[in-house]
Amino acid sequence: MTLGNDNILTATAVSRRGLLGGRLRRASIIGWLFTLPALGMYAAFVLIPLLLSIYYSFFKWDGIGPMTWVGLRNYVTVFKVPDLLGTIYNAFRLVLWFSLIPVGLGLVVASVIHRVAPGRFGALVRTVVFLPQVIPLVAAGIIWGWLLALPGLVNQILRSIGLGAITRAWLGDFDWALPAVGMIGVWVLLGFCTVLLLTGISKIDPALYEAARIDGASWFQEFIHVTVPLLKQEIGVCLTVTVINALAAFDIVYVATGGGPGNSTAVPGIQIYILAFTEQRIGLASALAVMLMLLVFIVILPIQRLTRETA
Amino acid sequence: MSKTRRYFSLLGLLVVLSMLLAACGAPATTAAPTATQPPVETKAPVEETSAPAPTTAPTEPQAPAVPNCGTEPVVLNAYFETGFDLPFKLAEEFSKQYPNVTWDIKQDQFTNLINSTPRLLSGDNPPDLIRLPTMVSFAKQGLLKDLDGYAAAFGWDKWPVPQLNQNRVAPDGTRGSGTLYAMGLNYSLTGIFYNKTLAAQIGMTEPPKTLAEFEDYLAKAKAAGLLPIMAWGSAKSGMGLAFPLQALMASVGPVEPINDWIFQKPGATIDTPSNLVAAQHLEQWIKNGYFPPDVNAIEYTDANVRFTKGEGVFLFNGDWENWRYDKDMPGNVGFFLMPPAEEGKPPAAMSAPLTFGIAAKAKNADCAAFFLNWVATNEKARAINVQYGGSNPGGPADLPLPPVPEGSITNQTLAAGAIVGKAGTAMDFIANATSSIFAQGWTPELQKMVAGKQDAAGLLKAVQAEYERELAEQ
Repeated sequence: MTLGNDNILTATAVSRRGLLGGRLRRASIIGWLFTLPALGMYAAFVLIPLLLSIYYSFFKWDGIGPMTWVGLRNYVTVFKVPDLLGTIYNAFRLVLWFSLIPVGLGLVVASVIHRVAPGRFGALVRTVVFLPQVIPLVAAGIIWGWLLALPGLVNQILRSIGLGAITRAWLGDFDWALPAVGMIGVWVLLGFCTVLLLTGISKIDPALYEAARIDGASWFQEFIHVTVPLLKQEIGVCLTVTVINALAAFDIVYVATGGGPGNSTAVPGIQIYILAFTEQRIGLASALAVMLMLLVFIVILPIQRLTRETA
Repeated sequence: MSKTRRYFSLLGLLVVLSMLLAACGAPATTAAPTATQPPVETKAPVEETSAPAPTTAPTEPQAPAVPNCGTEPVVLNAYFETGFDLPFKLAEEFSKQYPNVTWDIKQDQFTNLINSTPRLLSGDNPPDLIRLPTMVSFAKQGLLKDLDGYAAAFGWDKWPVPQLNQNRVAPDGTRGSGTLYAMGLNYSLTGIFYNKTLAAQIGMTEPPKTLAEFEDYLAKAKAAGLLPIMAWGSAKSGMGLAFPLQALMASVGPVEPINDWIFQKPGATIDTPSNLVAAQHLEQWIKNGYFPPDVNAIEYTDANVRFTKGEGVFLFNGDWENWRYDKDMPGNVGFFLMPPAEEGKPPAAMSAPLTFGIAAKAKNADCAAFFLNWVATNEKARAINVQYGGSNPGGPADLPLPPVPEGSITNQTLAAGAIVGKAGTAMDFIANATSSIFAQGWTPELQKMVAGKQDAAGLLKAVQAEYERELAEQ
């Protein structure tokens, strides 16, 4: 978002130098007109709900009846939500699975595809890796539920290779449910990261790779010294999107475990859902949602700064 | 899923089967309309009943005409629960008998209904008839039609008392008394199903009479290398061990405090000495390995499938699954009520109506009410009810129960229901005490108990704390 604003600023700076004021104004009006449909959608589906949530968070409201102004009381009550800190801790544990692993693995997969299989095979791999993005998550959740069940395929494979001792009901185990949900997250998000990073790699000047190879750089050296530094912006975008996915997680967790067993996979998103729709406490749910948004900002802003500064 | 979530909604305090009892006394011969009675064409009474006088005293005019569907074409706007045939079959038969009535039926999963009901009720096209997942909040918000006027007109108030009480809500939000806001299409019953072949292997020729006998069979099953109890327990399905826990509570202690707690009577607590004993039994069962080791990950439907395939000697569930057991393990399934800890004490059971309500702003409220009355009183409707629902159809005490096919498990559940009705030991479901006590209390705490991270005393304390948090925030 900020990136886009910068571009506009640069553009206007350039135009100011080269063009007359009137033409500039007309050009910028036309520019705004072009963005109007997108802005309209953005306002309708993001800005208005966002502002409404903030507004609701100051009321006691069941979603239907009259709303009662309660000021900041919801922001106090929210701390009594069962195991609130536990859910936030879980969200941070998910950052590893939803963000760090898909981005790290995505980098490796993208650079391998770029180096060894740029042709038709590469396209095939790219499609396969991207496929989970296309499969409806609810269906995926049910399938993963079967795969990870005690009689499921994952345990059958483990037994067949002599690892019967570690088989368990993965999604029903207090210690393993979160990593199991995390693996589903890796499966879903790896494709997104890979495709994005692959696009980035293809923009890197091939001369740099050629030079590195002439200097005798290994694949790993090439990866560390050419690919990763030049992909900083793409990595930044990947990290931003996936970290938000982790901290504001709802869908993957909901379809996989519903937050159980115990509260071992419960995340703030699940709590917001229960507060809003099961308990019909829209105000309290909105307050938690607003706090979650602030938390996401606090985490995301440094990532944005870090990945943009040196770019 | 819908089946899974169905008994989240188990509502209602007492079963209804007392109507079977002569002891109930013959109710006055009310002018309950029958299919043969020609619908009376009136205008005035319609208005009269559609605005049932709340507390204003004069009570004279009610009697002469009962609400009905008239003769003009009527389209009933209905919301049913996906996956349950019964309401659809009843609607079909109703249109056969009253051809001027057609249906506009929308259906949804139970979990979705929980979230969408408030919007449907308050929306522009409020349903004439809707499956109600919960009731209290909608009643308090004025979204549901007050059915007291219909109860008087149709003579529902002369039916065995518990049928209506479970759908009454008092002004303070406690259930069990007050204004009538819903009716049950039928009244389900829970207990213990068993696999007859496996039961024979452990020497169980007839159902146990005491808790000790039952626990003896559990131990024998375990020793014989069988899974004693099949169960489900994932957070998505809701923790099924709430069924045996509540059965144990009623086995070792009285049912009234449990119902008081569910109905949010002031000062009620789940953390009582006898409930502690019950929870300790459950904890011991878990430690003894009487449940599947992966119970925390088992979904409701999978538990039923595994049970019908021969995994597990016993299964705690309700008569809404009779059709499945009749179909998948014909002749090989038995049913008994949770036996009491002391011999001679009457058995108790969790039981609830299949609740349907009418939106406050419904266009065809009279016709919908007439349908609800027809379901409970029409012979054909009652037969359909037992055939597709598996549960007691309720209705006036003097109506006979429809015949059930020989060998169906429904024979056993209906007979068991009569025992509970006679003893007055029916309970609502402990998971229905507050809107999210199941999601935020029972399910996570019982899952912890399965994993050895929670003990009996801690379980009850944690659930009670959650209960108080939810009530305090209201």
